[in-house]
Amino acid sequence: MSATYDYKVRTNYTEDVPRLRAAHRILAEFPFTPSLPEKGYTNRTLSIDLDTMTIREKAVTKEMVDIFTGGRGFGLYYLWHATTAQTKWNDPDNEIIICPGPLAGNTQYAGSGKSIVVTISPQTDLPIDCNVGGYFGPLVKFCGFDAVEIRGKAKSETIVVIDGPRGIIRFEEAEEETPDSHIAGEIFTHMYAEDQKDRQNVAVVSAGKAAESAYMGCLNFSWYDPKRAAVRLKQAGRGGTGTVFRDKKLKALVVRGFKMKADLNRAADFPITVQVGKKINKEIHDHDDEQCRMRRQGTAHLVETMDAYDLLPVRNFQYGKHADTPKIDSHVWDKRFTQGIPDHCWYGCGMGCSKGADGHHVRTGPYKGHIVTVDGPEYENAAGLGSNCGLFDPDWMLEVNFYCDTYGIDTISYGTSCAFVMECYERGILNKERTGGVELTWGNGEAEVELLHHMWRGEGFGVTVGKGVRYMQNLFIKNGWGDPQLVRDIGMHVKGLEISQYMSKESLAQQGGYAMANKGPQHDEAWLIFMDMVNNQIPTFEDKAEALYYFPLFRTWFSLQGLCKLPWNDIEPPDNHEKYPGPEAAKVPEHVDNYLALYTGITGKPLDRMSLIDQSARVYNFQRVFNIRRGSGLREHDMPPYRAMGPVTKEEYESRADRYDKQLQEIVGVDPAGKTTEEKMKLHREWRMDRYNKLLDAVYKRRGWTPGGVPTLERLKNLGIDFPEVVELVTPLLQQSAR
Amino acid sequence: MLIVNDEPLEYNAGMTVADILKKRNYIWRMLAVFVNGTFVPRGTYDKAPVPDGAEVKVIHQIAGG
Repeated sequence: MSATYDYKVRTNYTEDVPRLRAAHRILAEFPFTPSLPEKGYTNRTLSIDLDTMTIREKAVTKEMVDIFTGGRGFGLYYLWHATTAQTKWNDPDNEIIICPGPLAGNTQYAGSGKSIVVTISPQTDLPIDCNVGGYFGPLVKFCGFDAVEIRGKAKSETIVVIDGPRGIIRFEEAEEETPDSHIAGEIFTHMYAEDQKDRQNVAVVSAGKAAESAYMGCLNFSWYDPKRAAVRLKQAGRGGTGTVFRDKKLKALVVRGFKMKADLNRAADFPITVQVGKKINKEIHDHDDEQCRMRRQGTAHLVETMDAYDLLPVRNFQYGKHADTPKIDSHVWDKRFTQGIPDHCWYGCGMGCSKGADGHHVRTGPYKGHIVTVDGPEYENAAGLGSNCGLFDPDWMLEVNFYCDTYGIDTISYGTSCAFVMECYERGILNKERTGGVELTWGNGEAEVELLHHMWRGEGFGVTVGKGVRYMQNLFIKNGWGDPQLVRDIGMHVKGLEISQYMSKESLAQQGGYAMANKGPQHDEAWLIFMDMVNNQIPTFEDKAEALYYFPLFRTWFSLQGLCKLPWNDIEPPDNHEKYPGPEAAKVPEHVDNYLALYTGITGKPLDRMSLIDQSARVYNFQRVFNIRRGSGLREHDMPPYRAMGPVTKEEYESRADRYDKQLQEIVGVDPAGKTTEEKMKLHREWRMDRYNKLLDAVYKRRGWTPGGVPTLERLKNLGIDFPEVVELVTPLLQQSAR
Repeated sequence: MLIVNDEPLEYNAGMTVADILKKRNYIWRMLAVFVNGTFVPRGTYDKAPVPDGAEVKVIHQIAGG
């Protein structure tokens, strides 16, 4: 099928909007005075209490700006103060905090419209942070708030509307509308926009109905796409943000902002922001077609590349390639995505990689027969919902992708969880009796989507799958289903969060990048596979430790500022590697300089490369301490499952026997000749565990942490985060470590 | 014998950069290739000879994640 349909044709959900609005009951209403930021900050935040249906404005303190910067930093700051070590994800005190960051909302530099969502995760019991597009964050900032903090639980289905032009914040009871986001986004956008033009000034945060039963619920952030005349969605995907949202009985959080203008941040030096913005957008215009083709394919361009380098997860991360990959690679998506119309999730982004597959005819479930636009699939969805589940059928992948999004389910966690249960089924750990009749064979797209419908209905085996891999491991082991060691080895999660869709077996640095990530194994913190495994640029433990010091901190910076990571290194100056030989080129130094100029241009504060890293390090180390406070921030929590480190089964070993035998011979110093596969696997396991532990030692040392993974007092003092409660928390662990 | 990204690769007479990329299945579009430390411009790989014993660096400019 090629894109020969009319991309404006889709099922209409808005005819009933006047009646639905009339059915709302106003629960509370408060006036506020809208204001614009000054040099990127509005200097106040909005606190919403769903228990009391009240709001409160809070001043942004100097400490918040100096230490926590904004974005994720503000989110962690508020969450730290709102919760204790005992607060559970579904306690009223657990907050959802949405922060755009000081650079968010500029329309000059590509990728500047991000919101960061922070909450205690139902999956990890740790703070989760998600960096998400859509218009909500910038619009709310230009209404006058650097963050929106939501606590408590509503008694009935509630929407909160922040209406900037009217200067009103309103709580409304809204029982009738579905929470499913492809409809909720449309309905609430039409409901609160004054007219068609005003729809671009409305953004909706919602989570679908499946997020009520699953732990892996995501939040959908909308924006109105005037070309398609449709509401589009981006996801704050990881860790269960949508689960917390629905647990609070929030049906939607709506902002109606002001018409966008170029300098609503009231930058300190606006021309500088224009200058660097022009530079990056020209670079994208001139070179994207020969580089990543983000404008045509988004991140889906990675599918065939990962396959070629044995890095595409296939059948629950057993293998790195498959003969059927061409059926789901970028050539297929290039045709499925509607081309030639802007696909940016914030104004002014020349990259515009939010691709949309229009004209999908829904095959199953409550929306069977509807025509919808599916956002993506991005690489993670193609790999997670596709190859990792043995599925190479783009139509079924779009179906699963659509339902994940609208039901409010994280595609990454779902893909990895589904792959896990499919492998358990194929190995006899699960059977039809245990799955309630669902046949979870590899590549069964219909079964994949059926589990989502279970979550939506709140019944059936899908509800178990929606709780994630860690929950299922414990359940299966408790029930005596399968060999416990095998169930642990093939369950691809760290800290309770499912691993995203890259094979890390052959890249020690990526194993560390995943397992040491504060929030759990998400690729946005460190992605070092090519530097490590293919380019072989970081061969020693010290080299890897340096990379695992710098890159997680540099990537953290985007979430402090409200920026997208993609324009940093999914486009590069053509002479980047000539100018900066060796690993330095991976930092894309010219783009780092762009960001320094952008930061100074907006905030008026000087920033150099070193102080940029320090900004991140303050928040990163604080998050590590936050994890420790919640009982999971130590060395033993930074351990990947063995399948992320090496071959678990005979089939895996034998699929790469030459490579593994050679490693035994040349690195381990053991002649593999005459040894059984099981004996060789055991030798590999010992070697791989040993080198992973050596990596942890090297990284912790570089980060200024003890061998147990605790930031030292000296490090905390240097960063200025030696708050009394932080010192009180880490001191016993440091004393223990010294003994 | 060649050394490509610190791994040995058998040398064949008349080998070019393009031959090395093919042998290693390096399909990524954005590569920076250095032969004995000298940068090889993109677009010249099929005409760029590689001498026996050369040390070749094929840097993939790929960001992922």
